[in-house]
Amino acid sequence: MANPSAVCNGHLHHHHQKQNNLLKSGIYKKNGITKGMKKNGTSNGTLYKKTSIEQFEQAPMYVAVLTFLGFGVGTIFGYLRDFMRAWGLEKRNIAEEREQQKDFVPLYQDFENFYTRNLYMRIRDNWNRPICSVPGPQFDLMERVTDDYNWTFRFTGRTIKNVINMGSYNYLGFAETDVNALKTVTRELQKYGTGICSTRQEMGTLDKHVELETLVATFLGVEDAMVFGMGFATNSMNIPALVGKGCLILSDELNHTSLVLGARLSGATIRIFKHNNMQSLEKLLRDAVIYGQPRSRRAWRKIIILVEGIYSMEGSIVRLPEIVSLKKKYKAYLYLDEAHSIGAVGATGRGVVEYFGMSPDDVDVLMGTFTKSFGAAGGYIAGKKDLVDFLRTHSHSAVYATSMCPPVAEQIIRAMKCLMGLDGTTQGLQRVRQLGKNTRYFRRRLHEMGFIIYGNDDSPVVPLLLYMPGKIGAFARRMLEKNIGVVVVGFPATPITESRARFCVSAAHTREMLDTVLNALDELGDFLHLKYSRYSKASHPELYEENRLEFED
Amino acid sequence: MDIKSMKYYLYWLYCQFELITCSYLMEPWEKLLFYTFNITMLVMVLYTAYIFVPVHVSTAFQFFLNLFGNQHENTVSIVK
Repeated sequence: MANPSAVCNGHLHHHHQKQNNLLKSGIYKKNGITKGMKKNGTSNGTLYKKTSIEQFEQAPMYVAVLTFLGFGVGTIFGYLRDFMRAWGLEKRNIAEEREQQKDFVPLYQDFENFYTRNLYMRIRDNWNRPICSVPGPQFDLMERVTDDYNWTFRFTGRTIKNVINMGSYNYLGFAETDVNALKTVTRELQKYGTGICSTRQEMGTLDKHVELETLVATFLGVEDAMVFGMGFATNSMNIPALVGKGCLILSDELNHTSLVLGARLSGATIRIFKHNNMQSLEKLLRDAVIYGQPRSRRAWRKIIILVEGIYSMEGSIVRLPEIVSLKKKYKAYLYLDEAHSIGAVGATGRGVVEYFGMSPDDVDVLMGTFTKSFGAAGGYIAGKKDLVDFLRTHSHSAVYATSMCPPVAEQIIRAMKCLMGLDGTTQGLQRVRQLGKNTRYFRRRLHEMGFIIYGNDDSPVVPLLLYMPGKIGAFARRMLEKNIGVVVVGFPATPITESRARFCVSAAHTREMLDTVLNALDELGDFLHLKYSRYSKASHPELYEENRLEFED
Repeated sequence: MDIKSMKYYLYWLYCQFELITCSYLMEPWEKLLFYTFNITMLVMVLYTAYIFVPVHVSTAFQFFLNLFGNQHENTVSIVK
């Protein structure tokens, strides 16, 4: 059943009359703009072949007030501690300037360092936890304790076994150690070894790379593809090859650091549009076409739109049909980063292009990584043959970076063959379907319990909002006590008031594992008071009664 | 049984206070400082209320009583 606060593509779903009042009075955020009811015209109704529900509910006002209160207290104590450190009343553990440099411009006085010293250090034990097994649906953690409040850690030597893994990007469950599954990988390891010791342009192109590239191109339905050794480097090293000075980059507000770094390295002009907001993007495109470059008023050499398939902090899916129609209208290029969406969405796991039922020719540059759904490492860029041939000669990664090592390439080949069904089994399709089922089940149960969840109902990335800084540490620690490993994120990866816990659902999770996690979340949600949602089943059970008698006069 | 759930509820309230004001993250001496400050402020506010509120309430009550009392006497005199 759809959540009553859902607005799908401008069509409001009315289930009961009573829910109208909820919708009218509720203020929720969509696309970064706070709005009550939103009705698009019929123009978008024909672009989307199916409705998808995306919501970004806002918490009640008191939550924001209390969050700021928490940060205020933390800041006051931060200043107190800094004062004590400056006057020698307390030992200094963090990096600081030497005595001789005290008269220079200070290195460590901006807010980020203040925040790191005084707030991050207190809850630092929730990050960078070393694991000592394959990051499958369950994994083993090394137990570590701290004697001086997270400044230093020491390992006790014990391992915490079979912790349920809700943080790894293992969407299709290909991170496995089953000997039968890894037979071909072991064979390639014995044949080629591990090192390439060269770049793509010198002597680092193996037959494995060619095989992998043709397979990727077939998988995505494009003409050609090129693979690189590292996913981050794929973005940051190839965008400078594609655009330069005199070009315009229109990048989404919440793009990943690799895209931002690549855009800045290229030297092109960067303009930012609001997250997934097509009106903002259209306005920028119109201004770009009408006014041209800033001083000379010449036309831009190239206009390129940088978006991601699934945004990993929000769980939202890009509005691809609208972007493609905009790009065709204003003659711009589209660069789609499918790091989280390849393998994870779509009926057969081919990403957002398939999810929206579009043709891969609509997107000019298809980029993705093999780290998330394929259990390997590296990235690819796919598209027209001319584009990929150009990148083979002009990309920094091809010229300077070592190419992908053969066992990793073989792992990707076996995973992709499994997905496409070329290994003779339907295991790939089963995995995609299982991921879809797990995602929907997990999200539905979390909604019913009353948590605030961001993002699209089909995205396997599930951010659960925590808001207050004290709860970040408490949540992660208590979940670990219950043998569940989660990833929590706060400032600066998210806005300062919206810290969250991010769950990554995997096809390898069984229903029992998800139920364990959900029960633990239920308990913890009650104890920590995290169930802020005002539109869920938990807060308005009378609206969801299906067997209520209605008498009509 | 009720005492137990009451105690658990109070413990839960204390945990909420700790989480909201970030005192969950503080080292023990910082917590001591923070709680001392808070309790001192609370005690001062309560003491001020205890001393001043009854005096103010009774003064206000007398003021309103006089106001309505004078009015009553006025009407009586006009009728006479």
